[in-house]
Amino acid sequence: MTDQLSVPLAGKAIQLTAVSKIWGDTRAVDQISVEVPEGSFTALLGPSGCGKSTTLRMIAGLETVNGGSIEIDGRNVTTKPSAQRDLSMVFQSYALFPHLSVAENILFGLKVRRVARVERLERLKRVTGLLGLAELLDRKPSQLSGGQQQRVALGRAIIGEKPVCLMDEPLSNLDAKLRHEMRLEIRALQQKLGFTMVYVTHDQVEAITMADQVVLMNGGKIEQAAAPRELYERPASPFAARFIGTPPMNLFSAHAFGALGQAETLQLGLRPENAFLDDKGSILLDVRAVEYLGADVLVDGVLGDAAFQVRLPSTNSTRPGETIRLGFNLENLHVFDRTSGKRRDDLTHEIGVHLHS
Amino acid sequence: MRSLKIKRDWVHGWLLLLPAMVFLFAFTHIPAIMTFINSFYSTPRGRRSAKFIGLDNYERMMSDPVFWKVLWNNLWFAIGTIPVSIALAIVMALWVNERLAGRGFVRMAYFTPTVLPLIAVANIWLFFYTPGFGLFDQITGSLFGWSASNYLGDPATALNAIIIVTVWKEAGFFMIFYLAALQAIPVSLKEAAQIEGAGRWTIFWRITFPLLMPTTLFVCINAVINSFRLVDHIFILTDGGPDNASALLLFYIFEVAFRFWETAYGATLTVALLALLSLLAIGQFFLFDRKVHYK
Ligand SMILES: Nc1ncnc2c1ncn2[C@@H]1O[C@H](COP(=O)(O)OP(=O)(O)OP(=O)(O)O)[C@@H](O)[C@H]1O
Ligand SMILES: [Mg+2]
Repeated sequence: MTDQLSVPLAGKAIQLTAVSKIWGDTRAVDQISVEVPEGSFTALLGPSGCGKSTTLRMIAGLETVNGGSIEIDGRNVTTKPSAQRDLSMVFQSYALFPHLSVAENILFGLKVRRVARVERLERLKRVTGLLGLAELLDRKPSQLSGGQQQRVALGRAIIGEKPVCLMDEPLSNLDAKLRHEMRLEIRALQQKLGFTMVYVTHDQVEAITMADQVVLMNGGKIEQAAAPRELYERPASPFAARFIGTPPMNLFSAHAFGALGQAETLQLGLRPENAFLDDKGSILLDVRAVEYLGADVLVDGVLGDAAFQVRLPSTNSTRPGETIRLGFNLENLHVFDRTSGKRRDDLTHEIGVHLHS
Repeated sequence: MRSLKIKRDWVHGWLLLLPAMVFLFAFTHIPAIMTFINSFYSTPRGRRSAKFIGLDNYERMMSDPVFWKVLWNNLWFAIGTIPVSIALAIVMALWVNERLAGRGFVRMAYFTPTVLPLIAVANIWLFFYTPGFGLFDQITGSLFGWSASNYLGDPATALNAIIIVTVWKEAGFFMIFYLAALQAIPVSLKEAAQIEGAGRWTIFWRITFPLLMPTTLFVCINAVINSFRLVDHIFILTDGGPDNASALLLFYIFEVAFRFWETAYGATLTVALLALLSLLAIGQFFLFDRKVHYK
C-alpha cells in the first residue's frame, strides 16, 4: 500500500432517532436510536437475525423506514433515495458486476455521475495503488480470488470519496488469515481517509478490534452502545456480558454467596479470566472438566446450579472431581438486576462488605 | 484377453446407443438425406418413375417468382416479429419481476397465449380481424368512425396482421426465459448500482441488459427458427393469400408438396430452408459471441 491519497475526506455524522422496521408481525428493528460521530468507526454487532443488516440498509436507503428518522450531517434523509445520501456501501457478497472488468467495476459510480475522464483515470490510479489492484484491472470478477474481489468492492466504495461508508459483513467469506489482514487494512484505510464507517458484523473480535464505538443489538433493540473497552469492562446487561469475551462471562445467582439482602433479584457476573485460586476465596467450585489450552487451562465446573468456567495458569494441576476455592477482585464483579436486566454498580460495594464479614 | 474386454465394452456402448440412434436416424437423418437426394430427381407421376435431373429443380426455384415472394415475406415476417416480441418479452418480464399485487395472476395471463394451441389462437384472432363486426373494426369504428376494413383480405395488411398474432403468441413464451434470467441476477447488483447513483434506465442498460445477453442469444435463435417454423395460423387466417401476400416459406413448401403434389420441388425448397436456417444459426453464434457474457 502506498501513501497516495492526499486530502483526507471529512466524514459526516449519522443520527438515527427511534428508527423501526416492521415486516408483518416481526419487528426487525424496534425503535433504535444511534449516534455515529463524524469520522468514527462504528460496528453494529449482534447475533444472527437481530436486525443489523436491516439497520444498515435503512441507513443506505435500500429499505424504507416504518418509523423514526435518519439524519446524515444534520440533514433529514429518511425518505431520500440512496443516490441522494452521499454514501458508499460494500455488500457481503461484494455485488461486483460480473460482466465488467475490475477497472469498469471501480469506475462505475464515477461514470454514472459523469466525472471527467482525466479525473476518473487519476482517481483510479490512486485507488488501485492504495489497494494493490494495479495488475488486475482488466480481469473479470470471476477471475479473482475472494480477497481480491473484496479489494475491488472496497475500491468501488472509496473511489467516490464519499463521507460515509457502510459495510455489511465484508469479511465473512474470507479465511481466517486473510480476514485478519483485511481487518487491519480496512481500519487503516478508514483512519487515513477519515470517512465515517458503519460496519456490520456478528463477530465480536472484529467489532472489538476495529471499532471506536460498538453498537450491540439483540432482537431488534440496542443492548448497549459503547467503546469496546467499556463494553468489555462494564457490560450494561447480562446479554452484553455474555456476548463479549471468549469464553463468555459466568452468570450466577447471588445465592452462591450465602444469605444476601436482595439475593432473589440479583444476578452476578464474573469473567473466567478474572477468578483465581484463593484459599480464602468465596467461590466454591465443583470441577467437572479441565481443558488444556497451552498457556492456560480452562476449568469447567458447577457453582450452585449454574455452569461456571475459570481460566487458570497451566501450571495448575486441578483434576475433575475436585472442589476448588476461587477468589476475585471486587472491581471485576458485575451485578445485574434480574427483573430489569440493568447493571447495578451501586450494589457492588454492599456485596463486597457482605463477603468480607 | 484385454482386447476382448475392450471389444465387449465397445459392443455394450453401441447397444446402449442403438435405440435412440434408430429413432433419430429413422425420423430425422434419413428423411433429411432422402429430401436432399430427392431434390435432384423429378417428381414421380403415375407410371413415370422419378429420374435424375441434376440441378433442374434448383434452377426452377431460382426463377420461381413465388419462391422469392415467400422468402421476402419471411424476411419481413422475421424482422417484424423478432425484435418486437423480444422487446415486449423483456418489458413484460421486468414488469412481472417487480413486487406488485397479483403478480402470479399477471404472469399467468402473459403466458396464456403460449399455452393455447396456435389453431385456437388463430380462431380468436380471426374474430378480432373480421371486417365490420370484428373487435378491431368495432373499436376503430366507434372511436374514430372508420369504415370497415378487411385486414386479412388486403394484400397490404395481411402479412402485418399475421405478424401481430405471432408477436402476441411468442412474447409470453420468451418472457418466461427472461423472467428466469432476471431472477438469477442478484438483487445486490441493482442495489450496488443504486447506491452509486444509477437510475432505473442506467441500471437496465449497464447492468441488467448485458447480464441478459445469454438469454437474448438463446431467444433470438429460437425466434429465428420459429419465424420459419410457425405457419399453423396462416392456414386459418389467410391461407397464404391474398395472392401469396402472407405466404411464408414453409407454408409454400406445404402447398407445393401436399396440395400440388410436386414432391421433388418441395424437397428442393426444403433443402433451401434447411440451408438458410443453419446459416442463420451459425451466423448468430458468431455475431453474438463477442458480446455475450457467459459467467
Ligand atoms: N425482506 C424481509 N422480509 C421479511 N422479514 C425480513 C426480511 N429481511 C429480514 N427480515 C427479518 O428481519 C430480522 C432481521 O434481519 P437482518 O437481516 O437485519 O438480520 P441480521 O442481524 O443482519 O442477521 P445476520 O447476521 O444473519 O445477517 C430477521 O428476523 C429476518 O427474518
Ligand atoms: Mg445480515
